[in-house]
Amino acid sequence: MIRVGIVGGSGFTGGELLRLLLYHPDVEVVQVSSRSQARRPMHHVHPNLRGHSRLQFIAPDALQPCDLLFLALPHGAAAREIERYALLAPAIIDLSADFRLNDAASWQHWYGEAHAAPDWMPRFVYGLPEYQREQVRGASCVSGVGCNATAINLALMPLVRAGWIERAAIELKVGSSEGGNRATAGSHHPLRSGAVRTYSAAGHRHMAEVRLVLGEDLPLHFSVTAIEMVRGVHLLAHCDLRQARDEREIWRLYRAACEGEPFLRLVRSKTGLHRVPEPRVVAGTNYCDLGFELDSDGRHLVVMAALDNLGKGAAGSAVQCMNLMVGLEETTGLTFPGLYP
Amino acid sequence: MSGTVCPECDAALEIPADVMENELIACLDCGSELEIIALDPLQLELAPEVEEDWGE
Repeated sequence: MIRVGIVGGSGFTGGELLRLLLYHPDVEVVQVSSRSQARRPMHHVHPNLRGHSRLQFIAPDALQPCDLLFLALPHGAAAREIERYALLAPAIIDLSADFRLNDAASWQHWYGEAHAAPDWMPRFVYGLPEYQREQVRGASCVSGVGCNATAINLALMPLVRAGWIERAAIELKVGSSEGGNRATAGSHHPLRSGAVRTYSAAGHRHMAEVRLVLGEDLPLHFSVTAIEMVRGVHLLAHCDLRQARDEREIWRLYRAACEGEPFLRLVRSKTGLHRVPEPRVVAGTNYCDLGFELDSDGRHLVVMAALDNLGKGAAGSAVQCMNLMVGLEETTGLTFPGLYP
Repeated sequence: MSGTVCPECDAALEIPADVMENELIACLDCGSELEIIALDPLQLELAPEVEEDWGE
């Protein structure tokens, strides 16, 4: 059994981690810290976990040594105390943005403050197995991934690796849980309910992760719009291809990209209701569904993707990385197929 | 069983040995309905789609 601790377990990502890890056959969750919820039972903030564990939140300074620590803290907090966490566990997975980038200047540019532990940045491996599985497998420090960046990276990686894509303009529609569990004026129900609110038309900070994975040279823009949805990211990427392709070429490319990837599914059906990826279908799962539609000119390709921002976009990917880091089957504890309808 | 590929998405198809001319089969990858139009040699093409209002 791997004895695991979660630092900052009262947020949505922490709750999703707990939901996955409590039923992971090779994991024992031994401690969960929360500054705001110390001494309270987990179901106080994660009501779906009532009756599934007798753990109570502990104060951060009560954390004990364990085999692996998940850090589910606000951006900036993990970096400020990384030395202490490293003394507590030989393996760390940080779900915040603190160690996703490998360059302190870039981090400061995108996150608006100086990085608190720049020496630690190169020690972390970016935790997207579909991008660099072997590096994750051998790592002791792995970063989490940005949910929006993950949708873009998984959707476009096949085209980038094949050298087929010239440029892309992307629209992401996202759920309210991306905003975390802290209420704001923008999340006030009368104002949030029914909203279609573009909150980042350009310059979203996840662009840094997209550049990290897809490269600096691809002309690519994306916008993010919050819609009436709690969990989920829906991606539409309008891509210009370098040369005209026929549909079967696109099929072969994406089919090859999904082969051997346990959490990538190609969804492009000629029949039935669910012909393209939908966030609702993957809610609660670790899947990222991919689809496409090729325009009649053969050069304008619309790529589609759907994932759960708390699942494949955060906690699910983190557990997938843990499995790789400790030598378990990559899919262990992650095979929940979701709910339908 | 004999093998061929889907004319729509290029997926490998396993055609049952007892398939009959004009029989419809489905591609498991793209969901296309395919009609067996000849047996020797085996030929298939996209079956005519039923008109529907999907997406309206």
